[in-house]
Amino acid sequence: MTTDDAVLSLHDAAVSVGGRLLWSGVDLTVRPGEFVAVLGPNGVGKSTMIKVLLGTLPAAAGSVSVLGQRPGAAGEQIGYLPQRRNFDASLRIRGVDVVRLGLDGDRWGVPLPFSRRFSAARRAADERVREVIDLVGASAYAHRPIGECSGGEQQRLLIAQALVRKPRLLLLDEPLDSLDLPNQAGIAALIHRICVQESVAVVMVAHDVNPILSYLDRVVYIVGGGAASGPAAEVITTETLTRLYGTPVEVLRAADGRLVVVGGPEAPALHTDRHGDRHEALR
Amino acid sequence: MNPGFTWNIITDIQWMWSLPSMVNAFRAGLAVALLAGVVGWFMVLRRQSFAGHSIAITGFPGAAVAVYLGASATLGYFGFCVGSALLIAVLARGSGTGAGERAHSSALIAVVQAFALALGAVFLDLYGGFLSSTSAFLFGDFLGTTDADVLTLVAVSLAVLVAMAVIGRRLLFASIDPAVAVARGVPVRALNILFLVLLGATVAEVSKLTGSLLVFALLVMPAATAQVLTARPGLSLLLTVVLGVFVTWFGLAWAYFGNQATGFTITSLAFACYVLAYAAKSVRRSFRLGVA
Amino acid sequence: MTVFHDSYMLTALVAGTGIALACGLVGYFLVLRAQVFTGDALSHVAFTGALAALAFGIDLRVGLFAACVLIAVLFGALGRRGRADDVVIGNVFAWVLGLGVFFMTLYTTNQSGSSNSSGNQTVNVLFGSILGISSGEAAVALGIGLGVSLVLLLIARPLLFATLDEAVAAARGVPVRLLGYAFLVLIGVTAGEASQAVGSMLLLGLLAAPAGTALLLTDRPFVGLALSAGLGVFDVWVGLTLSYFVPNTPTSFWIMAVAATTYAVAMAYSRIFQRRARVTAAVS
Repeated sequence: MTTDDAVLSLHDAAVSVGGRLLWSGVDLTVRPGEFVAVLGPNGVGKSTMIKVLLGTLPAAAGSVSVLGQRPGAAGEQIGYLPQRRNFDASLRIRGVDVVRLGLDGDRWGVPLPFSRRFSAARRAADERVREVIDLVGASAYAHRPIGECSGGEQQRLLIAQALVRKPRLLLLDEPLDSLDLPNQAGIAALIHRICVQESVAVVMVAHDVNPILSYLDRVVYIVGGGAASGPAAEVITTETLTRLYGTPVEVLRAADGRLVVVGGPEAPALHTDRHGDRHEALR
Repeated sequence: MNPGFTWNIITDIQWMWSLPSMVNAFRAGLAVALLAGVVGWFMVLRRQSFAGHSIAITGFPGAAVAVYLGASATLGYFGFCVGSALLIAVLARGSGTGAGERAHSSALIAVVQAFALALGAVFLDLYGGFLSSTSAFLFGDFLGTTDADVLTLVAVSLAVLVAMAVIGRRLLFASIDPAVAVARGVPVRALNILFLVLLGATVAEVSKLTGSLLVFALLVMPAATAQVLTARPGLSLLLTVVLGVFVTWFGLAWAYFGNQATGFTITSLAFACYVLAYAAKSVRRSFRLGVA
Repeated sequence: MTVFHDSYMLTALVAGTGIALACGLVGYFLVLRAQVFTGDALSHVAFTGALAALAFGIDLRVGLFAACVLIAVLFGALGRRGRADDVVIGNVFAWVLGLGVFFMTLYTTNQSGSSNSSGNQTVNVLFGSILGISSGEAAVALGIGLGVSLVLLLIARPLLFATLDEAVAAARGVPVRLLGYAFLVLIGVTAGEASQAVGSMLLLGLLAAPAGTALLLTDRPFVGLALSAGLGVFDVWVGLTLSYFVPNTPTSFWIMAVAATTYAVAMAYSRIFQRRARVTAAVS
């Protein structure tokens, strides 16, 4: 099993926030075109893992390599969807503009007026934006203010923004969080389609595995301190989870194939500074 | 020239309070601290400091216009302050918490303020040689408080404070969680408008004493300090008023003995309290984090 | 038109255009980032800085600029990711005003004799004296205005990205915090320069009105940016022209009147237009 073409690899990684060790001993390798989910109870540090991969938070131990470099160095090739990003209705910016920012928002200067007529690069950029909006199926409402779009529509546009630069890795932080079931299914299918079609590696944080279960290659399950990674069928089992949690946990399969984890204790309500990482993240 | 400050506190206070204007100033200071404290506490909670400041500034041209037209400055203050408060409250879209709404309402508030000042500039020009009064309008004349001033202040304070007591709990609800409050039947939009009007009245009344520029300090600083120190509403409100009285009284004494402007002394004391509170909280937090 | 044959009008126009461009561009982001209060605070800070300079006998402009830029950076340092908190701004700014009073008393007591001249200076600081600007000063105003505009145009795109979509921009490598500070410095410089021309009190109008109008009229960011700059220049030109034809009225009033009127019209237009759009959407 070579890791030469690995899109990212974590080896014995650990992270601490606000002086407290969140998780440790995490091993994960993701290859192009794989769809991996990061699961676990609330507050365990799933979003923190994304931050480590992005390079905004240093790993306390172990080695982390993203696209062959240290985290944060290959930002251009990573598409990122942060958690619960909501454009409220009063912010009147169009979906296409948001997607466009994903393409060139970090370039200095302003787009020159009328450059469309003279610049092939500008035309190509416009074409790419149109293309990626088609890919996610958002053409019908991309020209409306994004705040007026529904949750599912916004997520599609934001996924388009993350994809517009043809990234090799997509990092999604609970994208299905605030969506209803039909939308969850739709977005999950979209992500899978992109994963396969564009050969993009996808690492997705989720608190419910069911909408994406059938698309997953592998799963990383983090529980207060420890983690287990492997195919979903091996990790989300009564034995594995009981071992991880340290207390009896049962994994049941409902009639329609959905998995339910029963008996997992609530994440302890520790009053730490959840935003302690923000201070470090601002360096 | 005021007598120098001796270290015999009792004599100093007796000396200071032998002047009826100083006694009035202290009485007024108490009322102002109470009024500005309570209203300012909500203003800080609702993150409407900019609106409060702008409404205060519009009082200045109001006074200029009124005096030019031969009416009393007080009328001008009230007219413009309450008027601009209504304008802002009615034209602001929605509940004003969304990012876009905040942007739009802050632009509106700024335009109202700037235009009111522009009007003031015109009337200043027309009246000509009005400059000492400008100073009074902008910076106030706390040490020259008359009996009549105190009476009107107490009257307005009572009216506003009673209104605040009546709407207090609902206003708190509407301020913290407007969406849920609306669902529960709280008239959020009406309360938003009413609060700004009360703020306008408060500002107008306090401006007479402290001037348009510095009423803001009394609205913001004690409340901000109290909210740094505690999250419990009742305690926070009490602390606000206590701090307000403290900085006002000591500020007045300092201004009297040190021959300084009250605007400077009061704001400096209030700011010092704020900085101390902030520092204390940071120290406490880092101590707790370090131990844990 | 004979308006522009008068040299003082021409110098005023030159100075005004430079300032209007800077205010329009800076103001657009100011409104978008909901930092209008910061702009207002800095204009009052300009007042204190100028008075401090007067009290100590230094050049007015030095005090103005130093105060504006320093306090702007302070606001950034006291906030998150380069954006200051409303309450913090309020407190610092209230205290700076108190300081201004202190310097004013210092200045007026130090001025032996005419309390009128010191009063005059105060009014000038508050309301500006664009018509009394010398050609040298006008050139400086134009230069600074153009300089600020150029820098802003350079950082416009990443600043927009950082404003609208902070987390993703940061992940993409946009220096969000640094941009925030840079923008604050730009506001400080603009506030310092513009308050000399239109006065510290009315600088706010030029920062908010053209930008507010532009945001009401269009959704597209870069169109809005250009519109804001254009409206700023329009406000100044028409305002100056009007003040020429109605003598003995303060120029700043006319500029502000035009700005406020365009804003009001845009507001009315957007309300009516939006209502119609909402109705059509509901019907279709």
